[in-house]
Amino acid sequence: MTKQKISKTYEEINARIKAGEAVVVTAEEMVGIVREKGAEQAAREVDVVTTGTFAPMCSSGMFFNFGQMVPTIKASRVWVNKVPAYAGLAAVDAYIGATEPCEDDPLNKIYPGEFRYGGGHVIEDLLRGKKVLLEAKAYGTDCYAGRKMKKEVCLDDLSFALLCNPRNGYQNYNCAVNLSDRAVYTYMGMLKPHCRNANYCSAGELSPLLNDPLYKTIGIGTRIFLGGGIGYVTWHGTQHNPAVPRTPGGVPRKAAGTLMVQGDLKQMSPDWLRGVSILGYGNSLAVGLGIPIPILNAEMATFTGVSDKDIYTQIVDYGHDYTNGIVRSYGEVSYAQLKSGSIIVNGKEVQTAPLSSVVKAREIACMLKEWIASGRFLLNHPAETLPDGSE
Amino acid sequence: MFTQIYVLRFPKETSDQPYIYQLVKEYDIEFNILKADILLQREGVMILELKGSSKHNVNAGLEYLKGLGVQVERLAARIHRDDEKCFQCGACTGVCPVGALYIKRPSMEVLFDPQKCTGCSLCVTVCPVRAMAVSLAEEWVVPEELIV
Repeated sequence: MTKQKISKTYEEINARIKAGEAVVVTAEEMVGIVREKGAEQAAREVDVVTTGTFAPMCSSGMFFNFGQMVPTIKASRVWVNKVPAYAGLAAVDAYIGATEPCEDDPLNKIYPGEFRYGGGHVIEDLLRGKKVLLEAKAYGTDCYAGRKMKKEVCLDDLSFALLCNPRNGYQNYNCAVNLSDRAVYTYMGMLKPHCRNANYCSAGELSPLLNDPLYKTIGIGTRIFLGGGIGYVTWHGTQHNPAVPRTPGGVPRKAAGTLMVQGDLKQMSPDWLRGVSILGYGNSLAVGLGIPIPILNAEMATFTGVSDKDIYTQIVDYGHDYTNGIVRSYGEVSYAQLKSGSIIVNGKEVQTAPLSSVVKAREIACMLKEWIASGRFLLNHPAETLPDGSE
Repeated sequence: MFTQIYVLRFPKETSDQPYIYQLVKEYDIEFNILKADILLQREGVMILELKGSSKHNVNAGLEYLKGLGVQVERLAARIHRDDEKCFQCGACTGVCPVGALYIKRPSMEVLFDPQKCTGCSLCVTVCPVRAMAVSLAEEWVVPEELIV
């Protein structure tokens, strides 16, 4: 006689969370549980698996409203700490992007540029409670006669501050090498000539979308850990591309899905949103993101039981291929190999370095686990799941 | 065996003297030159890795140098990682040529061993949050008489 297959609903899992009875484990812990007990039993025992990732995520930024003055102004150009923000919205609304450098930055004129301050740093400074200099210019209208605004503001002074990241949480990413004969400074870090180092950027088995590879539970409205606070998945991210080669377990073998996420910046923390300077490339924002995955059935247990050795990515040349739009792989490597410290490329051993913090990713998964286990964080049923490539 | 990396600063009167030769000959110390320069005001700066049979043996050599007016400092004292800033990504481990910045496996913690650091400073600008500081700059560019 076969046991009936396990099947749980969001409502049942949330009831268990509210009662303080939910069994919550991190994606790292789930690897061993599924290996030892099998997916069916793991699904019986575990209610939620928490994931996490902490790395520079360029497509990030903040919508904000900076309040009116007298005479009122319809700002057409806005700067925060000399970092330009986009002001083509309403009178005193703007969006500051994480990758926008400070206006007087020497950029790559002194190569490789250091990019010491940009939009990501503005967001971090606001979270640290610092005052930032807000400047605006306008052409003036009958209803908004003001032409200039200059004031110091801190996060509390902004009536609205929304972290809104059009592309975060990339499901897998390239392993970068440089096959050219000069060093290159890329968003994947400094790459030495003649393939003498390899950089990669994914939390691997802890990464949110690698634990739900076919987007069965993560979708619009999923409640998440974002920047130390609570946020939501609000759409699929830009460049979301589910139609890539996958392993038999459904895990993409190259960069695939992405998420658009947002949340109230005022409840976030500078520990989990950090302005970064990438040598020779530019500014960005390191974003802490964690997503809970409900273990509705054995299939979800199998997905979340994925380990670094089952997740593969492609080796891509950033010395020549990438900037010339050439899609070519120099081999496939697993995250277990990447995390071991060296891989083989073209028959030669190459040292690897991560750009994504596993230590912080683990911390996020553990924080989210604690939030859920203590009944403070419930799971949302997505209003729509993300495009999975099927018609 | 005792090995340590030192920053040596030679007053201008001494920068043309073969003191390192004396270290080898009289004190039986092996040396490896990691950096050497004579500055505008003719004072010299060297970063040396010194290796002797014991700590006592290396210290005797250093006492000899100090007696001649050479300033001696362990390089490790000049290198600092701000652990509040560092978020343990690991980007630095790809550029550190001597493994002073390295990853502990399987936890993937990013660790720093100042004793191994040779002060090359490659990590300083590669770190996305500027957590690494190598404070050698003053000695390398400012004339001796301006340092207070």
